[in-house]
Amino acid sequence: MSILVNKDTKVICQGFTGSQGTLHSEQSIAYGTQMVGGVTPGKGGQSHLGLPVFNTVKDAVDDTGAKASVIYVPAPFAKDGILEAADAGIEIIVCITEGVPTLDMLTVKASLDARGIRLIGPNCPGIITPGECKIGIMPGEIHLPGRVGVVSRSGTLTYEAVKQTTDLGFGQSSCVGIGGDPIPGSNFIDILALFEEDAATEAIVMVGEIGGNAEEEAAAFIKANVTKPVVGYIAGVTAPSGKRMGHAGAIIAGGKGTADDKFAALQAAGVTTVKSLAEIGNTLKEATGW
Amino acid sequence: MNLHEYQAKQLFAEYGLPVSKGIAVDTADEAVAAANELGGDTWVIKAQVHAGGRGKAGGVKLVSSEAEIREFSDEFIGTNLVTFQTDENGQPVSKIYVEECADIERELYLGAVIDRSSRRVVFMTSTEGGVEIEKVAAETPEKILRAVVDPALGGQAYQGRDLAFQLGLEGKQVNQFASLFTTLSKMFIERDLSLLEINPLVVTGDGNIHCLDAKVSIDSNALYRQKELAAMRDPTQEDEREKQASEFDLNYVALDGDIGCMVNGAGLAMGTMDLVKLHGGEPANFLDVGGGATKEAVSEAFKIILSDTNVKAVLINIFGGIVRCDIIADGIVGAVKDVGVDVPVIVRFEGNNAAPGVKTLAESDVDIIAATSLTDAVQQAVNAAGGAA
Repeated sequence: MSILVNKDTKVICQGFTGSQGTLHSEQSIAYGTQMVGGVTPGKGGQSHLGLPVFNTVKDAVDDTGAKASVIYVPAPFAKDGILEAADAGIEIIVCITEGVPTLDMLTVKASLDARGIRLIGPNCPGIITPGECKIGIMPGEIHLPGRVGVVSRSGTLTYEAVKQTTDLGFGQSSCVGIGGDPIPGSNFIDILALFEEDAATEAIVMVGEIGGNAEEEAAAFIKANVTKPVVGYIAGVTAPSGKRMGHAGAIIAGGKGTADDKFAALQAAGVTTVKSLAEIGNTLKEATGW
Repeated sequence: MNLHEYQAKQLFAEYGLPVSKGIAVDTADEAVAAANELGGDTWVIKAQVHAGGRGKAGGVKLVSSEAEIREFSDEFIGTNLVTFQTDENGQPVSKIYVEECADIERELYLGAVIDRSSRRVVFMTSTEGGVEIEKVAAETPEKILRAVVDPALGGQAYQGRDLAFQLGLEGKQVNQFASLFTTLSKMFIERDLSLLEINPLVVTGDGNIHCLDAKVSIDSNALYRQKELAAMRDPTQEDEREKQASEFDLNYVALDGDIGCMVNGAGLAMGTMDLVKLHGGEPANFLDVGGGATKEAVSEAFKIILSDTNVKAVLINIFGGIVRCDIIADGIVGAVKDVGVDVPVIVRFEGNNAAPGVKTLAESDVDIIAATSLTDAVQQAVNAAGGAA
């Protein structure tokens, strides 16, 4: 088992014929992902990477039965792309695009929530179920099918956590990069709930960073709902507090948002925390007794 | 991206909000001319920097003569203003703002920000205006009133009236405040703001609501569609190296330590800094070369790191996902050839094309220490910079 995607997940790509869409679709196909086509408005009817190109997501869904879409369109068009996928019946939307305006995400998120459609990202590496389905830009070869669920706000930090669990032979059930933006489509809690339910996931690695209070909210959720061992790492202990983003943000967070606060919240929730990012794998080994 | 007060007030005026008449100037002569043009016999004169706490630092003054205006101008224009929000060097003052004087009956606070948890625009207001609002939030959180705005609907007048009554406003002030609230929420959404703050918002002697200060930040991701605001950017308020980095799509933040860091990915960059600290060292900077790093960008990043004279060692930590380690290696070799390097460089490559990257470095005549693991890399960097503090 796994969460969200597996070997049967049919995936299309929006921004298919662009440079990013092409590069990463090629790698996904090579990984064994069931890529069934792509969308580039105006290029419908053509073929790209041996797959059909459609003018609209609706055409692609009607023709291929795709349930997942990965979006590589430039930031000004990301909102449009996400809403097009949602309106066409896509159930899992993965938006890799970086730099989407925050207000776009506020309206997009409200619209998707009302319809129960899941969005991963934006500004994220994507999601992978090792050995089955890779949707996004993560290097496939560092993954290993296995027992650890990985959820992270950062791309390259996810890779670190993944590689360490691979090197120790634990492998991963699924890995989800929820993205580094202030308003992510899915947050830690959404993914933690799925890992808790997933039979293949025996332990969870959660990688957070400073800013906002998603980690604190996740800690409260873990305390109340998660029975599996969780190892937590937070990046940004040394981030400069002098680089202030203004008064009001600090007030809303109620004094929260620092790495120390987040570590403390996770510890209080029974999460095994790790201060060195090089020790995530070893800490998991100790916490699980594997 | 932040605006200066005079720019924020220009934006407020466009939306018909109550701000004082003012003129931003570059010289003492212009300041005197501005005061004459505004008329009256007393003016407020304010140093324009991207930082709060200007009043306490002496950067805001009530003046009533040409001599006072000249004295203030000569004191501040061309110097750096240090406030409790700046670093010890302060922010350069190139403009000062000469403004009509308003008489103040009562000082309030009004601010707005995007709240990540509720995923809404949240307005906050308080009877405790004109002071450090963080202090109010920490010591008397019950004095901060809130209203949540759905960006699809905008702020509603009833929400503004509700806040106004809670603030103890009366008569015409209630509708003035409600109108201010709905207009600000419209502006927040139309202009892609990330932060808005009026501290203080005042009730004047004749009982009107008036925006005495104005602070505005814009979502940098939205600048492509906010051209008018993007044109207001003042690069003099930004760190020289950060500015240089942004031209190459690099993310750089200067810090106080002596170990220069070059990393791909913001999370890994922070994690690497933390690891340096954990092993007793001090990072000199945060630098994320980003996902699509070109040879030129990496080369530039290396030069920026080395331009910091505190740097005693450079730690390069790359986990190649999209980024190819061999491209990073080419960039490093190119930069060292261009500018030379007299500090140890420690490299850890992992992932995409790591082996060819290590080979490129080994075959170059650049003196590089190849690390066997992340921990090894950090330890070597800390040792090279003189050991744990």
